[in-house]
Amino acid sequence: MPCVRTRLCALLLALIGALVAPCPDILGQDLKKAVLIPQWEPQAQFAGYYVALAKGFYRARGVDMTILRGGPKSPPSRLLADGRATFGTFFLPTAIKLRADGLPLVNICQIVRRSSLLLIARKDSGIREPKDLSGRRVSMWGPEFRLQPETFFRKHGLAIIPKPQGFTVDLFLRGGVNVVSGMLYNEYHTLLNAGLDPDELTVFAMDDYGLSFPEDGIYCLEHTLQTDPGLCRAVAEASLEGWKWAFEHPEQALDVVMSHVNAANLPTNRMHQKWMLARMQDIIAPPGVTAAPGSLSRIEYEAVAEAMREAGLITSIPPYEAFYADLAK
Amino acid sequence: MPTSPSSPRRLGLGFKLALFILTSTTLIFAAAFAYNYQCSRKLILKNVEESARNLAHDSVQRMETVFAGVGRIPTFLAFTLDESFPDIAELKEFLRDFLHAVPEVFGSTVAFEPYAFDRRARFFAPYSFKDKDGLGFTMLGGDDYDYFLMDWYLIPKELNRPMWSEPYFDEGGGNVLMTTLSVPFHLGEKKTFAGVVTADISLDWLKTLVARISVYNSGYAFLLSKNGVFVAHPEKRYLMRESVFSLAESLASPELREIGRAMVRGKEGFARLPEAFTGKPAWVYYAPVPSTGWSMGIIVPEAELFADLHSLSREIVTIGLAGFAILFAVIAAISIRITRPLRALAQKTTEIAKGNLDVDLPAVRGTDEVCELSRSFQDMRNALKDYIANLTETTKAKERMESELKIAKNIQMSFLPKRFPPFPDIGHFDLHAALVPAREVGGDLYDFFLLDDTHLFLSVGDVSGKGVPAALFMAVTKTLVKGNAEPDTDPADILTRVNAELCVENEQMLFVTMFCAILDFTTGELVFSNAGHNPPVLLRAGGETDFLAVPRGVFLGIMDDSAYRTGRITLAPGDALLVYTDGVTEAMNEAEELYSSARLLELLRAANRADATALTNTVMESVLAYEGDAPQADDITVLAVVYKG
Repeated sequence: MPCVRTRLCALLLALIGALVAPCPDILGQDLKKAVLIPQWEPQAQFAGYYVALAKGFYRARGVDMTILRGGPKSPPSRLLADGRATFGTFFLPTAIKLRADGLPLVNICQIVRRSSLLLIARKDSGIREPKDLSGRRVSMWGPEFRLQPETFFRKHGLAIIPKPQGFTVDLFLRGGVNVVSGMLYNEYHTLLNAGLDPDELTVFAMDDYGLSFPEDGIYCLEHTLQTDPGLCRAVAEASLEGWKWAFEHPEQALDVVMSHVNAANLPTNRMHQKWMLARMQDIIAPPGVTAAPGSLSRIEYEAVAEAMREAGLITSIPPYEAFYADLAK
Repeated sequence: MPTSPSSPRRLGLGFKLALFILTSTTLIFAAAFAYNYQCSRKLILKNVEESARNLAHDSVQRMETVFAGVGRIPTFLAFTLDESFPDIAELKEFLRDFLHAVPEVFGSTVAFEPYAFDRRARFFAPYSFKDKDGLGFTMLGGDDYDYFLMDWYLIPKELNRPMWSEPYFDEGGGNVLMTTLSVPFHLGEKKTFAGVVTADISLDWLKTLVARISVYNSGYAFLLSKNGVFVAHPEKRYLMRESVFSLAESLASPELREIGRAMVRGKEGFARLPEAFTGKPAWVYYAPVPSTGWSMGIIVPEAELFADLHSLSREIVTIGLAGFAILFAVIAAISIRITRPLRALAQKTTEIAKGNLDVDLPAVRGTDEVCELSRSFQDMRNALKDYIANLTETTKAKERMESELKIAKNIQMSFLPKRFPPFPDIGHFDLHAALVPAREVGGDLYDFFLLDDTHLFLSVGDVSGKGVPAALFMAVTKTLVKGNAEPDTDPADILTRVNAELCVENEQMLFVTMFCAILDFTTGELVFSNAGHNPPVLLRAGGETDFLAVPRGVFLGIMDDSAYRTGRITLAPGDALLVYTDGVTEAMNEAEELYSSARLLELLRAANRADATALTNTVMESVLAYEGDAPQADDITVLAVVYKG
């Protein structure tokens, strides 16, 4: 009998829940407006946020969220600084550098726990192990993205010829450089999608060489956190729920991502986004990691910051307590 | 074994004939058909490959013409810039003129390396472009737009050669597909890289050009960029989104990926596409577009490619089936024609086999093997009929003869005294005789009778030859002997007289050997004479046993003046005399060895001589046992007389 009663109670609660759920919608004036700017164009790298928006996870927490279209012309740092965006996503080193340079960024949720940065070369160029990179032309993105490769080169005593890297891997595909930087979830698959087979490529994953820097995290300005920590917590929680749901329903999550991709008329395809979503799962919820979702430990933070200081990217390390807001507390 | 009329055996020949011929015909037809189909297929594929190649080359040539035309002016400008940098006004004017001159070009810039044109300006890139209001102008570069990192700048710089960019949609979002040609230019004696001249070219004309290519009903062409991305394809959602490799990945088709790899590597070829690509079997001819490094593919649907071949094949199969039906009918007709007379013949011969020789065989017409067989059967039937008629007659004659011979034998045997003991009242002697003829009627004889109260006459003879003539001769001899045997006559006289009588008109030259004797059973005196007969055996009561010494004399019936003499001995009580014919001594066993006189003598030495019946039986049984299963060659006659005193 207690069992039946429990079930009946649960059913009643569910019914009440169903009736009450539309309330936040009805009470539109209670929703807090927020704007998120991802650090790049719509793709599965941000699937969790798009899903959270589409499935109403933000709304359910009282947030009327808008996600802006990212891209090279809309750097989150600028949009946060001039108030066009409330929240933005950054790689951890990028955020540290911005904070050190004076932008008061606060990490409210560390999404990606691992690094998926790779150095990729063609096997037929004779590159099979790190020492083969010596004297080669290596294309790399901006300073934060050079941190890991340069540490890697230093560790192996390699002198390479650095080359700038644009937004595509075409320079590498046309033979302009021997080695290209890339994310496992993006550029690596782009190379496969340009006709290169995995066995034709030599891949140096920074993660494998102990250079695993956490990547994407959600940030806001200190001011936002101080005025409305509830909003920050709601955004962080809804985003994590979005990711969880995306990994549990990859095909539906891809539909959501592709709707944003198509709206932006981007030259990408579902197979590429599928690959990206699968790889995001590898680095967001890696097996064996026990850290709480969204958390950033002092050790993780200081390892990256210290490496940056040593490389001269920053002169002083911003205090951990100021940089990371543990909203779970 | 009863067989119903519908049993497979009845179908046998026709069924087998049809099965073998139709099976071989079908196999031959199928092989020829398959070979023809394969060859035609190859031929068609070769022709299609040829025409697809021509079509692709033609289309690529047209593209190349446009690309070359568009590229000429930026190349010229870059060449000019290698010499010296003009001032900004001159550059702007040049760019404007360029855009006016070439309709495909939507924008053009000359982008310089940092501080190369102006020592104060990091970015220097005057850009003319077409918009809906006409020509526009701007300076590219800035914090928002770091053109040094753009592929159109970076790649030609690093490669130091002109470069066509991957296609892209124009910045305005106007959905115009573009590609950018970038030609590097240089500065100074060292020819150091100083910047690029670019031309943004609309690819609308390319879409039209590719869309206009049609092959058969649903064949089409498509264009891949250097990275394998669809630049032109009837399926709009592929454009700039999907690459041949992403399609291969989503269709899980390594074959498509291989084709894609060959295409982006600038190879040329003809390959079968995986069905998933177009949803039906198809072939693709691909050829590179050399200036841009792109690749064009022409898709030919297999169903349409082989439509003619398939309809032709269907017709051939229909004709083949019709031929098959006709052939079946012809074979059925022939086999019925052949087997019907055979079946009739088989039926008739079954009746013949049952013995009905009067059955009518089917009428014979024509000269084929079946008719010959039918005729042979008729001949055989007639021969059988004659033979059987003949046999019946012969058998009748033989049966008649045999019955006559049987009568003759009875008559002959009735000549011989067969009552034993012959003289039960006379105790002076014991006499017994036996005769086993070789054939129905034999030539042996024996006889005995009393001449008077004290004299017993006995004789044993053997006529040459056998059968009826011998029997008749024997009867004559016996009669003559009896007629001439009188009391007080000498046995030699009897033989002389009988011989004289027998020699008269003996045209057949038959003769007879004979031993005859007269026993005075009161005294035991035995007188005897011999005409060429085997000497009898004398068995003395004391055990002495030997051949009786007989006087010499030739057989009766040959020479009328033959002389015979008489011998005499006296028998003691218990003595016995055994007279026999050569049927005993010349009897042969299965190994064709003679019984011989020696064996007879030996037998008699051990024999019981007290009883005449026992003596004759002993000899007869011994001889017959010796012969075993060997045929009896001659009559066997044994006569024994035991003197009792």
